[in-house]
Amino acid sequence: MTVGLQHYLTLSAVLFAIAIAGIFINRRNVILLLMCIELMLLAVNFNFVAFSRYLGDETGQVFVFFILTVAAAEAAIGLAILVVLFRNRRSISVDDISEMKG
Amino acid sequence: MFLNLLFYTFGAVLVGAALGVVFSRNPVHAIMFLVLAFFNSAVLWLLLEAEFLAIALVLVYVGAVMVLFLFVVMMLDVNVEQVREGFARYMPVGLLVAFIMVVELGQVIWVRSWGISTLTTAPPLPEDYSNTKALGKVLYTEHVYAFELASVILLLAIVAAITLTMRKRPNLKQQDIAAQVAVRREDRVRLVSMPAEKKE
Repeated sequence: MTVGLQHYLTLSAVLFAIAIAGIFINRRNVILLLMCIELMLLAVNFNFVAFSRYLGDETGQVFVFFILTVAAAEAAIGLAILVVLFRNRRSISVDDISEMKG
Repeated sequence: MFLNLLFYTFGAVLVGAALGVVFSRNPVHAIMFLVLAFFNSAVLWLLLEAEFLAIALVLVYVGAVMVLFLFVVMMLDVNVEQVREGFARYMPVGLLVAFIMVVELGQVIWVRSWGISTLTTAPPLPEDYSNTKALGKVLYTEHVYAFELASVILLLAIVAAITLTMRKRPNLKQQDIAAQVAVRREDRVRLVSMPAEKKE
């Protein structure tokens, strides 16, 4: 059975589901949450690249390019927030920053 | 056949690395697994003949973003034991949600796939095809406005990261250049008139 579009989409779906499970399991640790978000973005990019190749249209790869840009900006700002948080609280557990829950 | 073997090998390593990210106890190990996942997906993108994005993924993600993650994790000195409590408590619901998502997405991809199942072979590319050239042609003509917006987003990220993490320390000695420039002669020099000493 030759590898087609469906195989790539399935691999990307499995990757996305693992990242979702990671967000549920590691919901106390902000760094691991950010890493799981990176994994989810990678799965989405996988879909874009696979569709772009099998439909013969480069626009999907342009989309991946922009997603990579936004993901890099998000990681930089998220880690900066994390550093400020750690400086003020000496901890990065989600439970310590739940004041706005009311 | 050889391409199938490559796909299944690197796909298996990719899934294993993703599981490693989720389940490893040490954040540094999790980052290393994430680097492995990015490398493997770069190889799979090479199989899909998206060479430019594969190299960009390795250079930008592994080279910059992952090093930033590693830097922050090592700088913050995270308490691993405290982070790991509640790990077993949320495991069942997480696995349940992941399982349901895989089943649903599999249903969409394999059972109710509108025409996806006919796309088993990619259209052949011309002999002198260059992925980078084709991508550049689309990027700088049709999507040039989005490209400029992306540069603004990167600038925003630079400004936001610097302003968030910059702090003023008390007791830190710094130059105040405005005060140095605005200084007048009267502020620094004091003329004292005193009588000369008499000779005996």
